[in-house]
Amino acid sequence: MHLAAHFPGVNNTTVWADPRSGSQIDFSSFEHLARTAERGKFDFFFLAEGLRLREHNGRIHDLDVVGRPESLTVLNALAAVTERLGLAATVNATFNEPYELARRLATLDHLSAGRAAWNVVTSSDAFTGENFRRGGYLDRADRYVRAAEFVATARELWDSWTPDGVSRPFSHEGPQFTISGEFTVPRSPQGHPVVIQAGDSDEGREFAASAADVIFTRHGTLEAGRAFYADVKSRLAAYGRQPDDLRIMPGVTVVTGDTDAEAQELAYEIRRRQVSPQNAILAAEQVWGTDLSAYDPEGPLPDFDPVPDSGITQGRVRHGDPLETAARWRALAEAKGLSLRGTVIKTTARQSFVGSPATVAAELTAFVDGRAADGFILVPHLTPGGLDDFVDRVVPILQESGAFRSAYTGSTLRSHLGLPEPVWKG
Amino acid sequence: MSARTHLHLAAEIGGPPHYDAGHYLRLAELAEDGALDYVTLGDSFARPGLDALAVLARVAPGTDRIGLVPTVTTTHTEPFHVSSAVATLDWVSRGRAGWQADVSTTEAEARLFGRRRAAPPAALWQEAGEVADVSGRLWDSWEDDAEIRDTATGRFIDRDKLHHVDFAGTAFTVKGPAIVPRPPQGRPVTVLDATTAPAREAAARHADVVHIRATTPEQAAAVRDEVRARAAALGRDPAALRVLVALTVDLGDVETTPEPGLETGPRLAGRGTYFRGGPVDLADLIARWHGSGAADGFHLTPITPERDLERIVNGTVALLQHRSLFRTFHPGGTLREHLGLPRPASRYATARTAAKGA
Ligand SMILES: Cc1cc2nc3c(=O)[nH]c(=O)nc-3n(C[C@H](O)[C@H](O)[C@H](O)COP(=O)(O)O)c2cc1C
Repeated sequence: MHLAAHFPGVNNTTVWADPRSGSQIDFSSFEHLARTAERGKFDFFFLAEGLRLREHNGRIHDLDVVGRPESLTVLNALAAVTERLGLAATVNATFNEPYELARRLATLDHLSAGRAAWNVVTSSDAFTGENFRRGGYLDRADRYVRAAEFVATARELWDSWTPDGVSRPFSHEGPQFTISGEFTVPRSPQGHPVVIQAGDSDEGREFAASAADVIFTRHGTLEAGRAFYADVKSRLAAYGRQPDDLRIMPGVTVVTGDTDAEAQELAYEIRRRQVSPQNAILAAEQVWGTDLSAYDPEGPLPDFDPVPDSGITQGRVRHGDPLETAARWRALAEAKGLSLRGTVIKTTARQSFVGSPATVAAELTAFVDGRAADGFILVPHLTPGGLDDFVDRVVPILQESGAFRSAYTGSTLRSHLGLPEPVWKG
Repeated sequence: MSARTHLHLAAEIGGPPHYDAGHYLRLAELAEDGALDYVTLGDSFARPGLDALAVLARVAPGTDRIGLVPTVTTTHTEPFHVSSAVATLDWVSRGRAGWQADVSTTEAEARLFGRRRAAPPAALWQEAGEVADVSGRLWDSWEDDAEIRDTATGRFIDRDKLHHVDFAGTAFTVKGPAIVPRPPQGRPVTVLDATTAPAREAAARHADVVHIRATTPEQAAAVRDEVRARAAALGRDPAALRVLVALTVDLGDVETTPEPGLETGPRLAGRGTYFRGGPVDLADLIARWHGSGAADGFHLTPITPERDLERIVNGTVALLQHRSLFRTFHPGGTLREHLGLPRPASRYATARTAAKGA
C-alpha cells in the first residue's frame, strides 16, 4: 500500500472554523504536516495548485480557505526539513513552458536527493488565462495534446545530459513546442521526477496510461474504484507498459474515533462544519446556476429547474449534469424530509473511511486487496494537524499487518513507489 | 555627497555550479555569521546551474536571519509565476526574501523557449520594470488584514480587501489578485543592477536596492546621486533606496601585500569592478568609500566563494566590526529590517483609506 499526504486545499473540505485550525500559509504548517507524513513513512507529500482565485457571481469566493504559496518553492524548503518523504507539486501544463518547468523540477530532484514529483494538470479556461502572457486558453480538445507533448519534451531535456554528467544539445520540434539548446541541469537522482496525472476524462486516462507513474483519482468507493482501476490498468499494454508501472491513488478522507459509533458521530459533525449555511447556498447555486442568496438554507430546495451553463461559478472544476443533480437532490430531500442544507450535507463531502483505527485499517487494506487502489492520497480536514491521528493510530496497525512499510527501504520517491528506473534515451 | 548611512554588506554565493544543497547552505551560514544583509545567487538560462530561487528556498529553513536574493529572469518567464515564487520565498524564509530581476538577451535563450525572438536590452528592461511593477501590485493585492476567519458570517476572507490588479504592460497583461496572500515583508526587496542605462531607469523606478559599478568613490557618489535624483523625479523617496557598489573580489593568496598599483582601489575588468588584495585592504576600502558617503554599502562577488567568503567574513567584516563600522549581529528578523527599509502599506489599502477620508 502506498500513502500520501495532501496539504489541505482551498475548498470546503478544509474546516477553517475549527479552533484547532492553523495557518494555511505559514511555513510551520507545511513543516508540521510533512514531518507527520514522514513519521508515518508515507510515500509523498502533495500540494495542489490553483492559478486564479475562484469567483462566484463575479466576486471572489470568500467562504473557504483562500490563498496558498507556490508549490515548488515550498517543496524546496520542505526538502530541508525532511529526509525521505517524496515531494509532489501540482503544476499546470497549459500555463508553463517545458524548458523552465523541466529545470525547476530537476532542481527540486537534485536539492531533495531524488524525491521530486510533478502532478501534471491541464487547464483550458480563459478565466485562468487572464493571469498569463498567453492571455487566452487552449481549445479544450488540446489540453492533453499540449500536456503529453510537454511531458515528452521535459523527458528529452532530462535525458539530454548523459548519466555520467556530459551535457549535450537538445532539439525538439513538435506541434506545441519548437525548442533547442542546452539544458542547464545534469541528470537528476531519479533520472526523471515522478509524473502524476489527475484528470478523469477519457483523454486524461489515456494520457496517464501512456505517460504517468501515478494517477490521483476521485474514485473513492469500492465499486467505482475497481471499475476505474480495471479500466486504466487495461490501457497500459497498448503502450508496452506493465500494470505495476502505474500506481492508482484515490484522494480520500478518513475519520477515526475510539469506536466505530464515535467515529460516525464525529464524521457527521465534520460534515456539518464543512457545509456551513452559506456554503450550502453556494453549493445549490453551483447546481442551479442562479443567485439563491434569498433562500433559507434550512428551508426547501428551489422548485425551478437549473439554468445550464450560467457561468455563475469561475475557476472550479465542474462535475456532472446540473439537471440530473437537481433531480437527485429533490428526490432525496423529499424522501428524507431534508432542508436545502441537509440535502447538501447528505450528498456532498461524505468521508471515505470512517471508523475505529482497526476498522479503517481493514477497509483500506480491503481496497488494495480488492484492486480498487494501489494506495491513497489522504486529504485531511484540518491544517496542519489533520493527519496526526491517522499516523499515530492507523499506520501502526497497517504496519503490524504488513500492509504498509515500517521503514523506508530506499531514498528516492521512485523506490518508495516501487517504480522502475526510467530508461535513459541517449 | 549625502550624509553617511548605516553600512550594508551583501555577498554573491554563486560560482562554478554545485548540485547539492550543502554547498550553498554552508556559504549562506557563513554570510549569516558575518551579519551580512543578504546573499545573492546569480542565475541564467544560458549556463549550467540549478534554479537559484529554488536553491535559496532550500537554504531558508537552515538559516535564521540572512536575506536571500536569487536572480530571477523576466524575459521568457510568466510575471504571475515570478511574483508568486518570490512571495513564497518570503513566506518560507519568514520575511527574508528579495529578488534581483534580470533579462535574457540572447537568441540562444530565446530558442530554449521558442515563444519569441531575442529583443534589444532597452525593450527587455522596460519589460523587467513592468514585471517588477506588476509584482508589487500583486503583493499588495491582498491587504494585510484580508483574512478574517469570521465564523459568524462563514467568511474566511473579507473580499473587499482583495483586489484585481488589471495590469496591462507593453508585452503582457495580468488580472490578479495574487494567489499567494501578502508576504511577511509586504513586498519582498527588489534589487536591480543599474550598470547599463536601460537597467538604471528600471532601477530608479522600481528597485529598493541598486547595485552600481564604480572604480572611485567620486564616481560611485555621482552614480548614486543620479539614481536618487531620478527616483525623486519619479515621485519616490530617495531615502528608501539603498545604493551598493558591486565589487568582484579576489582575496587570493595576497594576505598582506596588495598587488602593486591596485591597492588603492578597484579597477574595471570584464563584467564589473575587480578588487584584488587582502581582507584588510578591502576593509579599508569599504570604510573609506562608505565614510565619504559614496555608497550605502557593498555587494561583494568573491571569485572563489568557498575561499574568499570566509576571508571576507572572518577578515574584512571582523575588522569593520572591530572598528564599530558594521553590526555584529542582526537586530531585526527581516531583510527590510536589515536594510532599514520600512514595510510598505498595500497601495490598495491606502487608496481605500484615502477614499474614505475624502
Ligand atoms: C483528484 C484530482 C485533483 C486535481 N487537482 C487539481 C489541482 O490541484 N489543480 C488544478 O489546476 N487541477 C486539478 N485537477 C483538475 C485536472 O487536473 C484536470 O485538469 C481537469 O480535471 C480537466 O481534465 P479532465 O477533463 O481529464 O478531468 C484535479 C483533478 C482531479 C481528478
